[in-house]
Amino acid sequence: MKDKEKYTVSIYAENNIGLLNRISAIFLKRHLNIDSINSSPSEINDIYRFVIVVTVKENLIRKVISQIEKQIEVIAAFYHTDQETIFQESALYKVKSKSLFEERHIQNIIKNSHAKIVTVSPKFFVIEKTGFREDTEKLYNDLAPYGLLQFVRSGRISVTKEPMKITEILNKSYIK
Amino acid sequence: MKIQGSEALIKCLLEEDVDIIYGYPGGAIMPVYDSLYYYQEQLNHILVRHEQGATHAAQGYARSSGKVGVAIATSGPGATNLITGIADAQIDSTPLVCITGQVASNLLGSDAFQETDIIGISTPITKWNYQITKASEIPKILAKAFFIAKSGRPGPVLIDITKDAQFELMDFSYSKHQNLRSYNPDPKPQLNTIDNAVELINSAKKPFIVFGQGVILGNAEVEFKNFIEKSGIPSAWTILGLSALPTDHYLNVGMVGMHGNYGPNVLTNECDLLLAIGMRFDDRVTGNLDYYAKQAQIIHFEIDPAEIDKNVIADVAILGNIKQTLPKVTQKINNNNHKKWLGKFRELNQIEYSKVIKNDLYPSKQKLSMGEVINEINLATNGEAIIVTDVGQHQMVACRYSKFNQSKSSITSGGLGTMGFALPAAIGAKMGAPSREVIAIIGDGGFQMTIQELGTIFQTGVPIKIVVLNNDFLGMVRQWQQLFFDSRYASTEMINPDFVAIAKGYFIESSKVSKREYLKERIHKMVKSTKPYFLEVIVEKEENVFPMIPTGESVSNIRLN
Ligand SMILES: Cc1ncc(C[n+]2csc(CCOP(=O)(O)OP(=O)(O)O)c2C)c(N)n1
Repeated sequence: MKDKEKYTVSIYAENNIGLLNRISAIFLKRHLNIDSINSSPSEINDIYRFVIVVTVKENLIRKVISQIEKQIEVIAAFYHTDQETIFQESALYKVKSKSLFEERHIQNIIKNSHAKIVTVSPKFFVIEKTGFREDTEKLYNDLAPYGLLQFVRSGRISVTKEPMKITEILNKSYIK
Repeated sequence: MKIQGSEALIKCLLEEDVDIIYGYPGGAIMPVYDSLYYYQEQLNHILVRHEQGATHAAQGYARSSGKVGVAIATSGPGATNLITGIADAQIDSTPLVCITGQVASNLLGSDAFQETDIIGISTPITKWNYQITKASEIPKILAKAFFIAKSGRPGPVLIDITKDAQFELMDFSYSKHQNLRSYNPDPKPQLNTIDNAVELINSAKKPFIVFGQGVILGNAEVEFKNFIEKSGIPSAWTILGLSALPTDHYLNVGMVGMHGNYGPNVLTNECDLLLAIGMRFDDRVTGNLDYYAKQAQIIHFEIDPAEIDKNVIADVAILGNIKQTLPKVTQKINNNNHKKWLGKFRELNQIEYSKVIKNDLYPSKQKLSMGEVINEINLATNGEAIIVTDVGQHQMVACRYSKFNQSKSSITSGGLGTMGFALPAAIGAKMGAPSREVIAIIGDGGFQMTIQELGTIFQTGVPIKIVVLNNDFLGMVRQWQQLFFDSRYASTEMINPDFVAIAKGYFIESSKVSKREYLKERIHKMVKSTKPYFLEVIVEKEENVFPMIPTGESVSNIRLN
C-alpha cells in the first residue's frame, strides 16, 4: 500500500449553514487532521468551493471523498496531488516601523523575497507574501529576528491543471 | 388565509400521508402540540414515555410499513433524547423525519433555557438536518425532509424549528419535493457493468450471494427471488436482510456474520464469485477483512456510491436500486443450478445442526433454552409474525431460529446494536402493520432500558406481545467475559425486579414460565390474545450463542463451541 501523501480536496457545494460542520465531521470521524481549509465562491454562481488539505493514504482519501459527496448539499468532490494543482498560500507579517528604518538588512529581505508592503504607518508596517509554504516560511524565519508583531497565513487555495468536470456534472445534472 | 407555522407543519405531515407520529411535548414545541389538538382525527399522536422511545417507535413503524417514521420532541433534553434513535436509524438506513422545537430565534446561541445545539449534535448522524427560523420556510423544508429521508439510501432527517417560527403567520401552499441538483438518489448503472456481471455469473462454478436490507428497502424481494431462482445461487442474509427471502426457500442458506450459520461463513472463503446485494460488508459480517473472500471475484450491487470499495474492493460494482439493476442481470444470465455446490451448504448445515442447532432447539438440560422458546413461537405463529428483537444473545438466537414467510418481518437494531430498541420499535411496528402479529423478543437487560414504554402500550392498547428471555445476566457480555476474559463476570449479573408485577402495574396481561411443560401453552395463550401480553421466560443463565467468529478472526475460523 502506498504511503501517505498530501492531497488537496476540492469540494463544490451549495452554501448552506452547517455544511462545513458536516464536512469536517467526516474527517473527525476518521481521526484525520486537516492541514488547512479554505472556503470561497467558485467559478459558478451560487456554488461554493471548499479547499481542504490533508495528508493521508490514497485509498483513504478516496473513501473520504465519496463520503463527502454523499452529503446532500455537496455537488461534487475531487482530490489532487500537489503535482496536479497550482496552489498558493498568503501570509501577512506585521513589523515595527522602527526596524524598517533602523535595520538596513530588513529592506533587503523584503526586496529579495518579492514580498509586497501593504501598509506603512508611523508605528508598524505590513508585508504580504503569497507563494508556497517554503516561501512564506522562509520570510517568517528571516523576519523573526527583527520582531514580528503579528503573523498569519491563509489556508491553501488551489486550482487544478486539468479542467474540473464540475460544469459537466451540473449540466448533466441530477434533475431528471 | 394566513395560518400559524405550527399548523403549517401539521398540514405538511398530512400532505406527506403521515397519519401517526410519536412524540413528547415541552415548552419549545408547544405551539405544534396546540395545533395538533385540532387535527387529532387526522393525525394520531402517540405519547411515548421517553423521547428515545419516539425514535425507536418511528423506526419500527417505518420498517414494518415501508413509510417514513415521524418523531417529535421539544428542545434541549427532548431533542438530545432522540439522539440514540437517530444514530440507529442512520446506520440502519431507516427513513425518519424528526422534528424538534427550538428556543426563539432571537435567543439562539445565548444558552437560553433548554437551548441545545441539536443541529450541531445531530450533524454526523443524520442524512440531512436543517434549522427553520421563519414560518415561510416550513413547507419547502418539510417537503425536502421527506424527499431526502425516503429517497436513495434512506435515513433520518432532523428539522429544528424555533418557537417564533411556530407562532409566525404565513400563507400555506405545498408541493412535494422532486429533486435537488446536489443529490442523486437514484444513480444510473453503467450498462457495461451489467454485462461484466453477467459474464462472471455465467462462468462461476461456486457463486454465492450475500444479501442485505437493500432488498427490502428497494422493495425488490420479487426481483431478488427471480434472480436467484434463475441463477440457482445459494443465498445468505445479513441480519438486516432477514425475511427478505422466506426461511424455507431452497436457496436460503442462512445468516452470515459473527453468529451466523456455519456453512455460509465457511464457504465465503471457498466460493469463486461473491455477489453482495444491498449490503455493506459490515465488520460483523466480514470478520477480518484480510482473510475475507480473497479467492473470489466480487460483484457489489449497491445504491450508495460511498459503500462501494469502502470495506471490500469490488471487481464489478453495479450502482443503483437493485429493483432496477437486478432484473437487467436476470434477463441476461443463463438458467443454472448449482446442486453440488448447494449440497456443500447442506453438508455444513448438518454439522452445525448436530453440534449446535439440535441442542439449542431440543435441549436435554432441565432449564429452558432461548432457542426452544423461539421454536415454539415459530410453531404458534407459522412464521407469519413480525419479530422485533433487542440486542444481545436473544437477538442472535431469535434471528437464527425465527421462521419468516414474508418480508419486512424482522426488525432489529443491526448496525448500532441499541439495547432498549425492541419494546418501542414493536409499538411502531404494530402500528405500521396493524393486521400482523408483532412479537418483541427482549433480554432482561435491554427490557429495562426502555421499560417505561409499557406505559405507552397500556395507554394506546397496542396489542403487541412481549417476550422477555430472562437469564439474569447481560448475557452477551457475560459470554464474552467467559470466552475472552477468563470468566471474570464484572458487572454483568443482574438482580432483577418482578417483571410480571411491573407489567401488571401497567394493567398488561402477563405471565411467567420457567418449565418446559408449560411453555407451549403459554406461548399459544400469548399469541391468541388480542390484547397486549407480557410473557417472562426464565431461561438457562449461562447459555452461549454459537457458532461464533471471534473479533478479528477470519470467517473460516468460526467456532462451533
Ligand atoms: C445501549 C447499550 N448499552 C450497552 C450495550 C452492550 N451490550 C451488548 S449485548 C449486552 C447484554 C444484553 O443483555 P440482555 O438484554 O439481558 O440480553 P441477553 O444478551 O442476555 O440476551 C450489552 C450490555 C449495548 N449493545 N447497548
